[in-house]
Amino acid sequence: MNEAAHPMESILRMDRMPHIWCPGCGIGTVVTAFAMALQQAGIPLDKIAVVSGIGCSGRVAGYIKLDSFHTTHGRAIPFATGLKLANPELTVVVISGDGDLIAIGGNHFIHAARRNVDIKVFCINNFNYAMTGGQLGPTTPEPAITTTSPYGAFENPFNLPFLAEGSGAVYVARWTALHIRRLTKSMTEALLKKGFSFVEIIAPCPTLYSRRNRLGDGLDELRHYHDKSVIKHGADTRELDISYRDKIVMGKFVDRERPTFVEALDKRFTEVFGKKYEPYGKVAT
Amino acid sequence: MKADAKGVLTGAHYLDGDHACAEGALAAGCRFFAGYPITPSTEVAERIASRFPLVGGLFVQMEDELASMAAILGASWAGKKSMTVTSGPGFSLMMENIGLGAMTETPCVIVNVQRGGPSTGLPTLPGQQDMMQARWGSHGDYEIIAVVPNSPQECFDLTIEAFNLSEKYRVPVMVMMDECVGHMTERVDIPAASELEVYNRKLYDGPKDQYLPYKVENGNGQVPLMANAGDGYRFHITGLTHDERGYPAMNAEVQQQCVSRLMDKITGNAADICRYEEHRLKGAEVVVVTYGISSRVTMRAIELAQAKGLSVGMFRLITAWPFPEKRIKELAEKVKSLVMVELNMGQMVHELERCVAGRAKVFLSPHAGGWVHDPDDILKLIQEAAK
Amino acid sequence: MRTEIRFSGLGGQGIILSGILSGKAAALFGNKHATMTQSFGPEARGSACSAQLVVSDEKIFYPYVTRPSILVAMSQEAYQKFSPDLAENGILIIDEDLVTVNDTNGQISPLAIPATRFAEGLGNRILANLVMLGFFSAATEAISPDSFKKAIPGSVPERFLDLNMQAFGRGHSYGTESAAERTRQIRLKA
Repeated sequence: MNEAAHPMESILRMDRMPHIWCPGCGIGTVVTAFAMALQQAGIPLDKIAVVSGIGCSGRVAGYIKLDSFHTTHGRAIPFATGLKLANPELTVVVISGDGDLIAIGGNHFIHAARRNVDIKVFCINNFNYAMTGGQLGPTTPEPAITTTSPYGAFENPFNLPFLAEGSGAVYVARWTALHIRRLTKSMTEALLKKGFSFVEIIAPCPTLYSRRNRLGDGLDELRHYHDKSVIKHGADTRELDISYRDKIVMGKFVDRERPTFVEALDKRFTEVFGKKYEPYGKVAT
Repeated sequence: MKADAKGVLTGAHYLDGDHACAEGALAAGCRFFAGYPITPSTEVAERIASRFPLVGGLFVQMEDELASMAAILGASWAGKKSMTVTSGPGFSLMMENIGLGAMTETPCVIVNVQRGGPSTGLPTLPGQQDMMQARWGSHGDYEIIAVVPNSPQECFDLTIEAFNLSEKYRVPVMVMMDECVGHMTERVDIPAASELEVYNRKLYDGPKDQYLPYKVENGNGQVPLMANAGDGYRFHITGLTHDERGYPAMNAEVQQQCVSRLMDKITGNAADICRYEEHRLKGAEVVVVTYGISSRVTMRAIELAQAKGLSVGMFRLITAWPFPEKRIKELAEKVKSLVMVELNMGQMVHELERCVAGRAKVFLSPHAGGWVHDPDDILKLIQEAAK
Repeated sequence: MRTEIRFSGLGGQGIILSGILSGKAAALFGNKHATMTQSFGPEARGSACSAQLVVSDEKIFYPYVTRPSILVAMSQEAYQKFSPDLAENGILIIDEDLVTVNDTNGQISPLAIPATRFAEGLGNRILANLVMLGFFSAATEAISPDSFKKAIPGSVPERFLDLNMQAFGRGHSYGTESAAERTRQIRLKA
């Protein structure tokens, strides 16, 4: 056993290592970026909760030494909504995958953004359902091969930043798992931003997605990101579709102010009830 | 512990069951509600939405019942007593997360104002057709608690009881109303807060680095101590099979321990949980077993039967789950036959037959729902059962 | 004793409120048990609607009205639909401007009041249900006017409380007067 302390020992559950992710998988890098962002944001660790759904990315909650919840498939966002609204003092982060958050949980995603519930959603997009063996997902580009699109995908994939902005998110960014410094900065900003904040992280899945599509191993995937990614802050989110093996536009696209769910509720009830009403954001413990 | 006076609408009221249920939740200390409108349960949500702002509660109308159920689990882990309300179709949608609630031992209350099914069925008309779904609706082996009120007063009382039991046993508790009871208006007496006993979850307060979320201390009825998010224990909770640390441990041995305890903590405490009402059982040859609105219809049939000189009594389930197995077995030894009256084609009767196990004859008065039984039909069955 | 009462009319006439107010008066201020039920359906404003009330000195188990001894009808449709269920020697109460009793045998002698007309006289036809309740209270003695007067506050909008009380009083005094008139006529016939 290595006795030297890991630099992120205070944030990771070292008693659960090694983790389950494959060599070359992007999720571990995202966890590293998140751990660094937590340190940079300076929020007391006791007051942060992480919620995940199901899937490879759904396992993130299990390795983070915070109050952490591994919930059901697709329901991380409504679970997080309950957690945050019941105790507005908590910083609540959802880390999960594209299938979990956008397919089975897609309805919750758009409604949490619409309500502007003050949660942070970090979506690890690896273009397929990896935990179950690599099936077609809501972000699989045409004509990628997956086990359920054996002749190539032909559905139109979601453009997640556009979906997030259109639904009402106040902060929207996209990075790849290669761009760890910029990703960390975006995660830090999102942690400190008030309102529904969304960061998409494009991550390699060498075991399934890359292999089936003859894209090489994890390193080849990162090389591809290096060559094909373009940083374009403030880009029009309508133009952020990701085509198969084509360029990936990254950056911070949206950073705006809208009243959060609790702020809007407090404003409304104060208008209606006057002094009889004790603002919820303040009374909650 | 006594109730928080802020939520208790002390006094005599004329309320329907739905509104009385909402007042029960408020009195019990419920301060988080997530729900989705569905007939005939919507009035509960409406009253909560109207009452919550001035008692420090948070009402959120979610995008569907899947979200509602997930949200009340999240809220419970943030330390709030939480509730959702629904009817058949919504109840079906909640099932997966009811399982998460059972597996993670999350206190919460689910009210189901039952209507006729299957599918969209009879939105505005009664049924008692979700009784088995309440018990078995989510996948896997687990136990829950379900109570069945038969009047607006009981909708108030049993909603408080549901919260108390959910906090005590860390389990989702269901209040299985029906459209008749939900939409029936009667006098409801709400006592002073100082006369209302409420139970709050037992929280772990030991050293932070030694907290094991699923370790059971001796003498706590197999219920582990809870910690709320934000209290600094930095625990992990999962719907996967887990060990005492709350960490996934997917093997047959841990599965056996985990599932057995989830079931034992309810069945082992059945004597504390189970409530029922007995009416003229002494010396009765026939016992009608019933619950909810059907019990009130049955009373008329029993009056008619007694007028005809038949020896008949009534056993009313107040707790449907866990089923009052012990008492039913005792009765089965003494009586000639038992008659189940319920607004479905035969659900709780299976549980009755299981417990009676041939000691006495069991009859069923089925009804597909949409309206209540004709008391004369029940009378005929009582007469047959008495032969 | 168990009394079964049905209030009926059109959606929008305040029929359900009549049931609630009567039940509340009996159960909270009349020292009785009272169970109110209503038919729930997708019916819209303007369609037939009814509220059923059981009032009893003892605890009520069976909550439904099967053979009402009192029927209040505030629309022709409601009268047609519900009058066949009225118990023998039951009391039929109608809004005389809205309901025509088609009784060819002259067997039925309803207690009649122009409730809606009186309500219009008070400024708003929406008060017709309160006028009717006042009349009902005087004509049947099933639930006392004092109980009603205690039940009304809190059940109607605060700013219309006086008007509602006036409407109730109008119906009640008309009921008392017409009862006296009936008694006088019966004496005259005798």
